[in-house]
This record gives sequence, C-alpha cells and structure tokens, in this order.
Amino acid sequence: MENTISEKLLAKSNGTLSHARPQKNGSLPTVELSINRSLLGLLIFLGTEAMFFAGLISAFLILKAGSAVWPPVDQPRLPVAVTALNTLVLLASGYTMHRAVRGARSGNQSALTNWLALTGVLGTIFLGVQGVEWGRLLSYGLTFTSSNYGATFYTLIGAHGLHVLAAVLVLMVVFIRALQKRYSVKNHDGLVLCQIYWYFVVGIWPVLYGLVYLS
Amino acid sequence: MSSSAAAHPAHENQLSFVRQYIFSLDHKVIGKQYLFLGMFMALAGGLLAYLLRWQLAWPESAVPGMSWIPEPTMFQGIIPPEFYNAIVTMHGTIMVFFVAMPILLGAFGNFLVPLMVGAPDMAFPRLNMMSFWTIFTAAMIMLASFFVPGGAASAGWTGYPPLSADAVYTGVNWGITLWILGLALEFASFLMGGINFLTTVVSMRAPGLKMMRLPLMVWMQIVAAVIFMLSVGPLIAGAVLLLLDRTVGTSFYAVQKGGDPLLWQHLFWFFGHPEVYVVLLPGIGAVLEVLPVFSRKPIFGYKAIVYSTIAAGFLSFIVWAHHMFVSGMDFDLVMPFSITTILISVPFTIILLAMIATLWKGAIRLATPMLFALGTLMVFIVGGLTGIFLGSASADIYLHDTYFVVAHFHYTLISAVFFGGFTAMYYWFPKMFGRLMNETWGKIHFALTLVCFNLVFIPLFKAGLGGEMRRLYNPFEYDFLKPHQGLHQFATIAAILLMIAQLPFLVNFFWSMFKGKVADRNPWQANTLEWAAPSPPPHGNFDTAPSVYHGPYVYSAPERKEDWQPQHQPH
Ligand SMILES: [Cu+2]
Repeated sequence: MENTISEKLLAKSNGTLSHARPQKNGSLPTVELSINRSLLGLLIFLGTEAMFFAGLISAFLILKAGSAVWPPVDQPRLPVAVTALNTLVLLASGYTMHRAVRGARSGNQSALTNWLALTGVLGTIFLGVQGVEWGRLLSYGLTFTSSNYGATFYTLIGAHGLHVLAAVLVLMVVFIRALQKRYSVKNHDGLVLCQIYWYFVVGIWPVLYGLVYLS
Repeated sequence: MSSSAAAHPAHENQLSFVRQYIFSLDHKVIGKQYLFLGMFMALAGGLLAYLLRWQLAWPESAVPGMSWIPEPTMFQGIIPPEFYNAIVTMHGTIMVFFVAMPILLGAFGNFLVPLMVGAPDMAFPRLNMMSFWTIFTAAMIMLASFFVPGGAASAGWTGYPPLSADAVYTGVNWGITLWILGLALEFASFLMGGINFLTTVVSMRAPGLKMMRLPLMVWMQIVAAVIFMLSVGPLIAGAVLLLLDRTVGTSFYAVQKGGDPLLWQHLFWFFGHPEVYVVLLPGIGAVLEVLPVFSRKPIFGYKAIVYSTIAAGFLSFIVWAHHMFVSGMDFDLVMPFSITTILISVPFTIILLAMIATLWKGAIRLATPMLFALGTLMVFIVGGLTGIFLGSASADIYLHDTYFVVAHFHYTLISAVFFGGFTAMYYWFPKMFGRLMNETWGKIHFALTLVCFNLVFIPLFKAGLGGEMRRLYNPFEYDFLKPHQGLHQFATIAAILLMIAQLPFLVNFFWSMFKGKVADRNPWQANTLEWAAPSPPPHGNFDTAPSVYHGPYVYSAPERKEDWQPQHQPH
C-alpha cells in the first residue's frame, strides 16, 4: 500500500529494539535493548511533560510565597475532603489499569476489557467530581480572575484535568481495540503506552493535591 | 537487506512528487526542507537586521530601497519608533527560533543522525514529517504577524511582561498573541524532533556502534535534544500563564494585582540559557567532525569532549539568573549564579583545548569546511572570553543591556550558527546533493565573512563599554552617546558588506547543486558512516546495513596504507 522503503526497513527492527543480525565476526558487540521503541519515545515525552508541570508548580510556589495571606481572606476554601475521596478514585484507577494489563499479559481477554472499562469509569468519575466542585467554587466567587489564588488553582488543576481527559480519550480508543481482540499476549504495545501515560496522570495528582489543597 | 536496497530506485520512482518532496517521510528530504525554510527565514531576519542597523547609523532617515513598505509600518522609508521595537524583537525571534534551530538541528540533525548511526531512517518518520510542517506553520504565523493591525510583536525577543502582557505599553495586541502561538508551535515541532533524535540514537545504532563510538556530531545533537526537552517545559508553562494574562485577564505577571513579573524572567531564562547551547552544540559538533578529517589526526580527548559536553549541559540549567543581575531579584542569588556561570567556562575550555590539540602537528588541508571550522573556533573564543565579564555580577551591573552584551552574544551565536553552520554546509554538501561546491568561491566567501563579521561587532563592544544601552530607538538623542554615531555607521557599513558577502555563497550553493562536479561517496576521505552511503543516499540510505568495528576518528594509523579507516571496515 503506502508503505515506503524506510518503513519496511524499520518494520524489520520494530517490536523489540534489537539489532542482532547474523554476523561474520562473532565477537562484534551488538546494541540490544529490551524496551519498545514507541515506549522510549513516550518516556522522553513524559520527561518534558514532567518539566512542564514543574514549571507550573514553581510559578504557583513563587506567587504563593509572594503574597501576604494565602489563601486570601475573601476567597472560598478548597474542598479538601471531597477531593481526598476523589484522589482515592484516581489512585484506584491506577490499580485497575494494572489489572487490565495483567489480563492482557495472561491472555485473558475478558479480564482485559472488564478492567479497562472500570478504569475508564473511575477516570470519568474523577473528572465529573472535579467538574462539579469547580462549578461550586465558581459560584462561591473563586474564578480565574478573582485572585492569583484562583488563577493558579484553575491553571494547575485545569492542566492536570486536561491530561486526565486526554488519558480517558486514549483509553477509549484502546478499549475499542481491546474489544476487537487486537491485543495478544505477545503484542499489546498500544495498551502499554496507554498504561504508562495513565500512570503518569495518576502519579502526579497526589503531588498537586498536597501542594494546592493541603497548604 | 541487500535485495530491498537494490529495489530502491525503482520504488522511488513510484512515489508521487508530493509524497517524495512535500509530504516526504525520508529524513534526508525533511532535513533539506528544514534547510530551505531556515535559509528563507534568514533572508527575513537579515532584512530586519539591515533595517535596524540603518536606523542606528542614520536615525530617522529613509532606509535605501525600503520606501515600498506602506504606512503605518514605515513612512517613505523612515522607521517609526513602534516599528523599530518590532524589528529588534522579530530579528531575535526569527534568527534564534526559525534560522538557527531549523538549520542546525532540523536540517543537519535530521540529515545526519540516522546516517551517522547507520540507520535507514528516523525512528518515527511520520512524526518527523509532522515536525517539519508544524514549524513551517509556525514560521508562516510569525511572518503573517507583520500584517495584522498593530504589527508584529514588539516586546523584545525575551517577551518580558508587562510589555508583553498588556497592549497599553506597546500598542501591539494581535502581534504578541501570534508571537506566542508561533513559538508554541515551534516548540511542539522540536519536541517531536527531539523525541525522534533520542529514540533513533538509543535504539537504531548499527551493530558495533557503541555510545563511545558515536561521531561527536551525534553526541552534540542528542545532548542538545536532551537540554531542549528538559528546559522547554517550564517555558511552555510560562507562556500559558502569559497567554492567560493577555486573553483571560489573570494577573500572574501584573505586579499591581499581586503578580510577579520576575516569574516570567525566571521561567524564560531557565529555558533561554540552555537554548544557547541547543544551537551552539551542533555547530561545535560540525567543527569537531571537520577538524580530524582535515588534519588527518584522531580527535584529541574524545571522552573528555563527551563528558565536558554533558557537564556543560548539566551546568546550563543552573546559570539562568545571570541574565537577571539587575532585575531586582533576591541579591543572595547573585553570588551562586555568578559562580556557576564562570564554572561553565571550564568544560568549554576543555573542548576548545581538545580542538586545538587535534590540530597540533596535523597535516592540515585548508579546504573551505576547514577554514570555516577554524573561523568558528576563533570567533567562539572571543564570544566565550567576553562572556566571563558578563557572568561576573560586578562587571555585569555596568555592562548589562549595553551593546557589549549584543556584541558578546552575536560572537557566540554567530560563531555556532553562522560559521558552524557554514562548516557543516560546505562539509556535508557533497553528501546532501551529490555534487561538490566550488572551492575558490568558498574561500572568497569565508575571507569576506570573517573580516566583515568582526568589523560589525568589534565597534559594538566599544559602544557598550562606553555605556550605550541597547534597544534605544535613537541613541544619539542623548548627548553622551553622540560620539558613538561614527562607531555605528562603521558597523552598519560592515553589516551591509557582510550581507553582500553572502552572495558568493548563494550563487555557489545553487550553482553547485545542479552544475557542480559530481561527488563520489567519500570525497573528504572521512571515517564516519554517512560517507559509506551513496552520494546522495537513496531512500533507506545504505546499500547494505553497515556494522561498526571501531571509533570514528582513526586517522594516520601507522600500520595502514591509507591514512583513514572507515568505521564500517574491519581492521
Ligand atoms: Cu545565559
């Protein structure tokens, strides 16, 4: 079809990153890596993502340190308890994602799809609760422009929310592909990419919760 | 593998023109696309340089040949103050982000990294194509911003708030929003590129090509990619906040509403200083490839160079506040940042000494690539030495934001981008286009460029030492700066000559591309893998996938008949 030569050549070495080819010279060292190429690309991307959040967090800390009263007296307080429960929901989705991949690894298709579905539901619940809480905060007068307290809150938590939303959308694609039985015991690269990204958005949340809600 | 390689030419003809040259997945075509985009944007950046140099030499007089630019941008060739601000802003933005990065990383990185590691292409060819079309869009947005109401961004290439945060200060609204958008797309493009470079080098090296056998150009490209990827995140965060300040009405940077304008400066320079190395390292990499080939000697201190580069990359993350010594930041930060800044000259001194030691007693061939490599060295040494003055806070308080700074960073950036870029261009041209460039015209180009470049910027050192601040629309409105007008007129004439001196290159470049002497695979008798592929390499690069048996710089080995030993040939 559209396959170009470079893609064909690439396909030969795809899957695992191994360049072990038949060699005349047996002592020649080869380059071998046991991780998938796409996974490596994703990990590099997540390094940049982590630095993006580090930038937002440092902006938050600098603005917080520079203001006399934090939170400002006339601004509503954040919903610490509800969000604590919501944090548990998100952490639970990390566990269900783990179970889904374990299902794929053992060839259990129904475990894979069931746990994936549960993960998606938990992620959506997290987003829904966040949305409801945002609505309440807005009605109490905490807005983007009401103070830097509000502005940093919506920026930082909103940036994370967008990442969770992206993760849920990716998960939906993966779920559909899982229903089509596209993930085998040997080949489930797309699922693993989704898993790593999911872990990333789950993993940074407790940090943000601690910094923004508990301080 | 060899059977599919034999099928290359037939297959290539099957690709339509669009898929072969426009939406190509071939890293070499994409590299050339980056090259032409960078050269085109250099014309735009150069035109802006001409305008601002004219204004500084003969302020508020009609710029020759520019009366066609309509009002209110210019008035019969006279530059109004608002447009002058846009000129200096866009000159910096275009030259750093749309000339230096596309040419040194986009063009040479894309073209060379897969070839030098013996791979058929990048790890993600589609992502590679997307990265080019993303930066192409970004470049068009930047150029389009000149034509929106209010004109292009005019808050300086560093975009400091409050100038960049609110249109009341500059009268520019759309221009700055487009500027932020264009930069965001540019960053996205180089994120895709960086992911590709790193994954390719980590996962697609030829058998036997250990990391410590990589050509230094590849090391420089991947260290540059890592530095870029780790430093750009905080700047994107800062840009999001700036965009929110401008569009939603937040006050992250508005001091009157509890914001902090210094926050932007921290986030910008946390990226800005490493960014200097992002464009510097590939230029140095080109020089490091050329020096051993044209002195027929192994590179001196390969490992020392690699470790020094990594050390410099690490240090580049903890020096940023040297740009803020007079910004009013916490004074306790000044001493530590002075120390780290001066410390960073240590790894670069090691690299420079290794370069000079490589030349020592070599059989030096003064071909054009070698001349430009030596020119890079000379110019970079001046840039590095003047940087030490600026890194030390006591001197910087006087020199900050003067023409001394302007001259200093042009010596560092032009050494890397201009001289380093031409080193790469003349050296790899036969591989890129399958033909040799004309040597005589290359040498003329080199001599004129070196002389004119120094004549432009040496007077600016003197103007800066005389206390002249940069970014003044008409410096000679101040009595104490009136004696500087002669210096500026001298620099402007030299700058015009420097631009004219690029004509021999342009003619040579396009003439040689079609009419030059046909090059064989290895015209310079060099060792690295790209010279094992045909010139120019077909889609898929190598006839047979190469294996690597030793390091890239085995020259003049006493036991061999030839004075070189290609990496893919067994002992
Ligand atoms: Cu710096």
